[in-house]
Amino acid sequence: MAKKKAKEILFDPLFENNPITVQVLGICSALAVTVKLMPAIVMALSVMVVVGFSNLIISLMRNYIPMRIRIIVQLVVIASLVILVDLFLKAFSYDVSKQLSVFVGLIITNCIVMGRLEAFAMDNKPWPSFLDGIGNGAGYGLILIIVAFFRELFGSGTLFNHKVIPQWLYDHGYMDNGMMLMPAMALITVGVIIWVQRSLMPQLTEKE
Amino acid sequence: MKSLHDLLKKYEKLFLTGGKYEKLGPAYRAFYTFLYTPEVVTEKGAHIRSSIDLKRVMFVVVMALIPATLFGIWNTGHQYYVQAVAAGIEPAGGFWSEFLFGLKKVLPMIIVSYVVGLGIEFYFAIKRGEEVNEGYLVTGLLIPLIMPVTIPLWILALSVAFAVIFGKEVFGGTGMNIVNPALTARAFAFFSYPATMSGNLVWVANADHYDAVSGETILGYLAQNKSVPWSWWDMFTGTIPGSVGETSVLMILIGLALLLFTKVGSWRIVLSGLLGGVLMGILFNVWGENALMQFPWWQHLMVGGFAFGLAFMATDPVTAAQTNKGKWIYGFLIGALAITIRVLNPAYPEGMMLAILLMNVVAPTIDYLVVEANAKKRMKRKILSVKA
Repeated sequence: MAKKKAKEILFDPLFENNPITVQVLGICSALAVTVKLMPAIVMALSVMVVVGFSNLIISLMRNYIPMRIRIIVQLVVIASLVILVDLFLKAFSYDVSKQLSVFVGLIITNCIVMGRLEAFAMDNKPWPSFLDGIGNGAGYGLILIIVAFFRELFGSGTLFNHKVIPQWLYDHGYMDNGMMLMPAMALITVGVIIWVQRSLMPQLTEKE
Repeated sequence: MKSLHDLLKKYEKLFLTGGKYEKLGPAYRAFYTFLYTPEVVTEKGAHIRSSIDLKRVMFVVVMALIPATLFGIWNTGHQYYVQAVAAGIEPAGGFWSEFLFGLKKVLPMIIVSYVVGLGIEFYFAIKRGEEVNEGYLVTGLLIPLIMPVTIPLWILALSVAFAVIFGKEVFGGTGMNIVNPALTARAFAFFSYPATMSGNLVWVANADHYDAVSGETILGYLAQNKSVPWSWWDMFTGTIPGSVGETSVLMILIGLALLLFTKVGSWRIVLSGLLGGVLMGILFNVWGENALMQFPWWQHLMVGGFAFGLAFMATDPVTAAQTNKGKWIYGFLIGALAITIRVLNPAYPEGMMLAILLMNVVAPTIDYLVVEANAKKRMKRKILSVKA
């Protein structure tokens, strides 16, 4: 891997190399926690913290980890961080934690975390690794928030649980779209984001 | 008619390559070939081609849909007058007042469906520099026919847009879609706005204006374990509440006859679909636990969207299985699944829609397996003959 500047490491995963829309990782939780905006933001922050710090820790230890058991070591680090995040959420924002339910715990299985450890942290210095983790977490979070914005707006007519669709629209026969609340529509929303992104960045389209 | 042709020809050069409206060329040619024989001449390869091109195929299907459409328009008015007269709002109306009332309700649906759908198709065709396809002519008529008459027009428009974009254009347009676009529209409306797609108020026009309406569909009655107030003759002729065009089995049969006669629709799918439906119906009759299961199997074939879906949507050549054996499997599973979903999950009375959509997705796999099995069989035969 060619050396990249810190800025590129941090911002590349936001758009050009976004974990969800370009690498197509972490789709599962993107469908599950994006019904409302608030849980999506909390989830985005949690993943950012977990990916950032697990990258940092693994990168610090990378020269001492025996290759054969590296997956186990990585998992221990990720799991500890996830438990920390989970307990933190339970302590300081119990409602959101209840809404996210098992999905905080399932960050462990999020391919982005493991993927970044294997692809980046195992052979890069701590500081770039940390930036890479934060960048990928942010790229993931960005898509989550965009999807959640549209799903909450059209599915429930609210944003952060405040009604934003005016009442007179409902009086004229407007209805909230029940399908937006289903994971199927989240997948289609992600698809549309990928569509838009690829029309804006033609260099992402695969060669035929 | 000659003058129209001259008029079109006069402006043709504007739309040719290098003309002022070159980009709108596909729109011009779509309009021209819709009215007149295409002037394209073969330049290489096979010079004699079948006159049955996509346009003719689509036109046959549209013609096959006409009886069901006309009946649907009349039935919309008829159902309204039955309810309104019973409620004492309207005096009894004759055939023409029923038909005109229905026309006032159904025509806007058809117009909205065509305007929105064709608008999107033209946009994509011009944007991609391709010719406009005729596929939407059928879809545009199918969509209003499988919706309840009370559906708000904006929901109809949204469903059409969703179906054309995500059911069709993202896959590459007419002929490339893996699911039936008309059913995609219905599924979208059904899951997005369930209140407008089910219940006892949506099947009769203006039903929410008077009390004591009994606009429940037959499947709706059965799902609530009530007895059905209609005879099998009503179900056959179609004077029952339901989606606009799906009620009359008689009219659907006329259309189906045209489809089968012209070989646009596959008789294998229709026959195996019937077999599947009959078999599941009989099995549930034997089980007989609730009203839905006790409902006679031959009447199951006449209510809901079963007949309409089997005749006009399961036979859609693009989304159905392509191999002959595959068609048998495909049709049989559609019939069997439709009755199964309908009976076992009363929350989804429209089992036909879900069954066809599901089988659309599975159809390529069925074809693959059929072709593989055939290849294996021939391989075995060859080995045997070599040994002998």
